[in-house]
Amino acid sequence: MKTPGAIEIAPGTHWIGALDPGLREFDIILRTANGTTYNSYCVRGEFGVAVIDTVKASHADEFFSRLEEVVRYDEITTIVLNHLEPDHTGALPELMRRAPRARLYISAKAQMMLKALVKHDELAYTIVDTGDFVELGNRTLHFLNTPFLHWPDTQCTWLAQQGILFSGDVFGCHFCDARLFNDQAGDFRFSFEYYYAHIMRPFREHVLNALALIEPLPLRLLAPAHGPILRDAPKSYIQRYRQLAQPLLHNETGSDNKSLLVFYISSYGNTQHMAQAVRDGAESIPGVRVSLYDLQVGGDLPFVDLIEEADGLAFGSPTINGDAVKPVWDLLSSLAVIKVRDKLGASFGSYGWSGEAVNMIEDRLRGLKLRVPVKGVRARLIPTEAELASCHELGRQLARHLTGCVEHNIISMSELLAQEPPHA
Amino acid sequence: MPKANVTFENIGITVSVPAGTRLIEISEKVGAGITYGCREGECGTCMMRIVSGMENMSERSVLEDKVLQENMAGRNNRLACQAQVLGGDIVVRPS
Repeated sequence: MKTPGAIEIAPGTHWIGALDPGLREFDIILRTANGTTYNSYCVRGEFGVAVIDTVKASHADEFFSRLEEVVRYDEITTIVLNHLEPDHTGALPELMRRAPRARLYISAKAQMMLKALVKHDELAYTIVDTGDFVELGNRTLHFLNTPFLHWPDTQCTWLAQQGILFSGDVFGCHFCDARLFNDQAGDFRFSFEYYYAHIMRPFREHVLNALALIEPLPLRLLAPAHGPILRDAPKSYIQRYRQLAQPLLHNETGSDNKSLLVFYISSYGNTQHMAQAVRDGAESIPGVRVSLYDLQVGGDLPFVDLIEEADGLAFGSPTINGDAVKPVWDLLSSLAVIKVRDKLGASFGSYGWSGEAVNMIEDRLRGLKLRVPVKGVRARLIPTEAELASCHELGRQLARHLTGCVEHNIISMSELLAQEPPHA
Repeated sequence: MPKANVTFENIGITVSVPAGTRLIEISEKVGAGITYGCREGECGTCMMRIVSGMENMSERSVLEDKVLQENMAGRNNRLACQAQVLGGDIVVRPS
């Protein structure tokens, strides 16, 4: 297939991006069977020219070659960065050097990243937010602040006169096809869904906020930063995002009840008994639906879908060689694709010699930004009646926190620190 | 040693702590839902809200002030990893 030059997507508006058909793994976490594209765009107005996003540094030559087909560097007045991830800003320092007249337009959150990217202090940039715009002369770029899709600094840029939304990574996918437009490229539906599931899913609430801004636009063309340009039925991709932003497994407990999932894995049945006690304790509090799962038999994927909608999570693991066991870590390392922030977490487990697992799991839960309101329970080998009672109380207290039924507690820092188990 | 009483409004816990304690040291231990990232005052993840008692908190450092400004913080926001309690009563919650 012939490598294209700059491609006009609307009068005076060109795609000037780069093709990366050989890419098979993106940012470690994503695979692609079709490579990807780094889409950059050039918008010509009566008295100004804007470049929207650049490309990965390794593909800068291709980008500059296409750019030079449609604009002189001294004509460029405006550079818009919809977000600052290196695959879209790799060519930025060189573009700024070649186009010294150009002013940068970024979101407020992007400032820190811009300074990290372009290592000098005297940067001429303008912070923009929803409602702000830049006039190019019969071409107006309006900014929509759409944070966390998928970086905190993300924005979209709306070219009102042509009905084009330059959407950054939103509505993008890793799929490389030199035919460029969705009505000409190969079947990229899988890539579109895969991209959403791995990049946008953790930010579902932000997706819904962004859709509220985007849906009313009289859209004629969606121009994302990766993958095909969506000119045929562009609104169908917006509708698909709204569908994808629904949870895969709805929380059935309803708004008045809370869902607590208790996961455990057990070598000799000890951690299992503790899990059952945690469950019994939690179930003693009205308004909490408790579910118990043995990780010995479960893969991580269905649990991830369940966890997405749960309110609380408890993990029971024995300690083996000073660590929690792999199935627990496998599940905990699979949660990056969903939002778990602000859920409640807890940990418990039986151990033989040192019992590090409970603390390590609690630290991981905090690292995932869950709240861990109740100190975990550890039991040496076979839990005693008192230790099972502590597990019961752990479940009860966790459920009380879930339902908001906690009495005001006053405690000293030394008492708080004393709750920490002694180091082995 | 002077003490301060830090109340985490969202979870109903008051902790009596020595003056000079950073908020994140307490919030982590009580599970107060104040999340953290770099813990070094650079990322802004642990930004939280002082509901009352700002006069009992340490002054913002140059670094904290810069990060709060970059994150468009209000005047009641602080970084839990940087802000120290000096004494008296302080009420906080996640921002």
